[in-house]
Amino acid sequence: MAAAYIHIPFCDFICYYCDFNKVFIEGQPVDEYIDLLLREIKMTMAHYRQEPIDTIYIGGGTPSSISPQQLEHLLSGIQKYLPVKSGGEFTIECNPNNLLDTTRLEVMRTYGVNRLSIGVQSFNDAVLKKIGRKHSAQDALTAIHNAHKVGFENISIDLIFRLPGQDTADFKQTLAQAIALDLPHYATYSLILERKTIFYNLQRQGRLHLPSEDAEADMYELAINEFSKHGLNQYEISNFAKPGKESKHNLMYWHNEHYFGFGAGAYGYLDRDRYHNNGPIQQYMAPLRKHKLPVFEHHLVPFSEQVEEEMFLGLRTNKGVSKQHFQDKYGYTIDEIYGDTVKNLIQRHLLVDVNGHICLTHDSRFFGNNVFAEFLLDDET
Amino acid sequence: MDRNEMIEHQKEIRNFSIVAHIDHGKSTIADRILEMTDTVSQREMQDQILDDMDLERERGITIKLNAVQLHYHAKDGKTYVFHLIDTPGHVDFSYEVSRSLAACEGAILVVDAAQGVEAQTLANAYLAVDNDLEIIPVINKIDLPSADPDRVKEEIEEMIGIDASDAVLASAKEGIGIPELLEKIVHEVPAPSGDVNAPFKALIFDSVYDNYRGVVLSIRVIDGFVKVGDTIELMNNQKRFEVTEVGVMSPKAVQTATLSAGDVGYLTASIKSVKDTRVGDTITLADRPAEKALPGYRKITPMVYSGMYPVDNAKFNDLREALEKLQLNDAALEFEPETSKALGFGFRCGFLGLLHMDVVQERLEREFNLDLIMTAPAVDYHIILTDDTKKVIDNPAEMPEATSIKEIQEPYVKAQIMVPNDYVGPVMELSQRKRGEFVTMDYLDKYRVNIIYDIPLSEIIYDFFDDLKSNTKGYASLDYEIEGYRASDLVKMDILINGEVVDALSSIVHKDFAFERGKEIVSALKTTIPRQQFEIPIQAAIGNKIIARSNIKAYRKNVLAKCYGGDITRKRKLLEKQKAGKKRMKSVGSVEIPQEAFMSILRTDETESHKN
Repeated sequence: MAAAYIHIPFCDFICYYCDFNKVFIEGQPVDEYIDLLLREIKMTMAHYRQEPIDTIYIGGGTPSSISPQQLEHLLSGIQKYLPVKSGGEFTIECNPNNLLDTTRLEVMRTYGVNRLSIGVQSFNDAVLKKIGRKHSAQDALTAIHNAHKVGFENISIDLIFRLPGQDTADFKQTLAQAIALDLPHYATYSLILERKTIFYNLQRQGRLHLPSEDAEADMYELAINEFSKHGLNQYEISNFAKPGKESKHNLMYWHNEHYFGFGAGAYGYLDRDRYHNNGPIQQYMAPLRKHKLPVFEHHLVPFSEQVEEEMFLGLRTNKGVSKQHFQDKYGYTIDEIYGDTVKNLIQRHLLVDVNGHICLTHDSRFFGNNVFAEFLLDDET
Repeated sequence: MDRNEMIEHQKEIRNFSIVAHIDHGKSTIADRILEMTDTVSQREMQDQILDDMDLERERGITIKLNAVQLHYHAKDGKTYVFHLIDTPGHVDFSYEVSRSLAACEGAILVVDAAQGVEAQTLANAYLAVDNDLEIIPVINKIDLPSADPDRVKEEIEEMIGIDASDAVLASAKEGIGIPELLEKIVHEVPAPSGDVNAPFKALIFDSVYDNYRGVVLSIRVIDGFVKVGDTIELMNNQKRFEVTEVGVMSPKAVQTATLSAGDVGYLTASIKSVKDTRVGDTITLADRPAEKALPGYRKITPMVYSGMYPVDNAKFNDLREALEKLQLNDAALEFEPETSKALGFGFRCGFLGLLHMDVVQERLEREFNLDLIMTAPAVDYHIILTDDTKKVIDNPAEMPEATSIKEIQEPYVKAQIMVPNDYVGPVMELSQRKRGEFVTMDYLDKYRVNIIYDIPLSEIIYDFFDDLKSNTKGYASLDYEIEGYRASDLVKMDILINGEVVDALSSIVHKDFAFERGKEIVSALKTTIPRQQFEIPIQAAIGNKIIARSNIKAYRKNVLAKCYGGDITRKRKLLEKQKAGKKRMKSVGSVEIPQEAFMSILRTDETESHKN
């Protein structure tokens, strides 16, 4: 089993909340970037010839912001150097405003993309404007309509809650419109203020007015209830899907498995090595021009961290962590490593054991971080 | 060196300090003087070389004193021996400042060319005047666009009353004015006047513990001389020690054969504890003692007490060892074990003031890697019981039952507040509000007023100094000394969290202010204790009577619902941060209380003002 994440750091507008590795596309060396990205893939895969690729996820940035020609160049290269095995999952992130005609969608379809993740965020135009999005709710509907027309069925949309100007009623409206589309998959994230974003600066000036923590909890609860009413099961903190439509790529992260990371600032995890590439585009491209890999940092994950990650990632999923799988993978039982931790958390109703799987309860899902932190091992022990 | 040489040597000595308001450039001037006298080679030069503790560098304050010997080749062809004595810059350490000034004949008064005369400029200039020092005004930072040296000269003349017509115009950063300053030191600071032939007499102005040599004393020789092998006597406690080493700091320690009248240097004598060698004490020789000790010696006693507890109870012994090590170097620090129901085993510690307390806390956390909980500072109270016995407590938790108390007495200080006359109104209003009693007020000149109030010490340590500064735009300077005990209408106020009394949060308050203070503390705790998974009631009580209450609502959500792609490191860091935050909290019952909460009794005003 192998997976790959590919990063396209270009955007045709910058959202006020975003702190991912991205730049405004105008004047950027997009063509050279794609050439060198393909070179990185080719060089890396030369060492892993036998590795069949189960899932690919092209994220950003905004992968759909590049031109249809550039997109074709990128996807044909991927098809050549990083072929997805049949039955695999190949996702690309898109913004609605890039899908107002079917040109890009057709290119995607041609080169084997079989899943779309569309950044809708909200169906309220006033909210969209406040967070710096340059598309309307109608654009989102058009984009999804076009995707269906070209033949995409496996579509997911992202929705954000706790946005400025948003209240529970408004989010409920957005949820209703989203669910009415009857898509197989939805992801919903709460706004997190990050440094180096427009929102962070507004916040420091006292000019950002976000819904309260309580409202945030209400919205989260609302999302869980509304989705589940419509047959969309929560399978991870932020992800909801019809049975069988869970994102394989996302689950791969939560199952603490290995993946290649390609592109500026991309993260990868191979063997014991968590590595990440240079983030700034020129610094990413410079070594590749000389046929060198642009890795910024390697981190050999010690056993203790592997175990911690197995727990705090696995517990994000509704299925939780399988005790047997844990023992098979690490050679120790969970209790051998964590002593009474699990027992105590079960006593406090923060965890539950369902047929040999340790998982969060409905209530403790709201306090996931408190539970996860319990699985960080002390330095001293 | 024979005695005649010592007499010649004495004529070439110039002893001086540099005094200034914080950030006016004292340390930079010192650095330039060191460079221009070639005391430190450029390679060794590190900015602000005199401040050698990390903490000093970071906070930009000088805590321990330093004295450096430099050699200056003057324009008259002679080589002069300069001793530059550094002084700490905070009211907690004003006694140490005054002792180090007592070791000098001159003071360089540094004033910022843009900021002009400020509170500490006044306070320090007056300490220098009190010690009869020759003052050389230096107007620093003249390269700043906003510099206005003429206005600053006027201020120096009018507010301090010294002639500033030929003040040195300098920019220590650019090296401007330093050669002129060095010449002025030669010609204006008098040579020391002591008598080489008189019995040995020297002032201790600093003492530092060294692992190999024991206590290293910084001394200023007034009369006579001292050499290795002499037996010295400390005049205050009559303890005797044999001298093992004498020398000067230049700036590293350099051994010399003798230290004679006028010299500033160091002395070691296998002394085991700085407690024996109090700053301000006089040293003489056992076999030929001086007749009288130098004036001004004061035993330093702690004024402020606070409980210090390790967050992790298993670190109790580590904390004890750390305190013992700090005490070797810090004669003013006192501690004894105590227990708290809420916090477990810890120490009751005594400090000179709040800055001293902060410095000790930071050193413990930084140098000894301890996570500490500190309780709100308190003073010594005298409790007269109904059977007329007296009980002294420095911890509100030790307060006897109300029914057995006849009277509670608290320490009062005589507070001397110096302000420009525009601020007399606000200062008086503030002092009244802090239960002060007006004593007297006099004009020092057209602009400056000296106001004297008797104020309870507990109010001074609570927030008086901060309020005073903010009510006078930083111009007021405060000096205070303990005056004695007076009966006050005091009560013990308890704080209940989740229904349980948290002894470490109890405080002693004046009855008239109890209601208001209770409300403030409850609201401060409400903001400092993070929301937890259940609702937490917070109450303030006097005896069984609840006087204020509030609830911390349960939080509803704490989970990252954000997609970081494959960036697992970031998720990990967030969780680690959360865990580290929890380590700095103390579980009391089932409630996690952060470190700051235990100080919120002290800092309520700050939290209030944030809200406004």
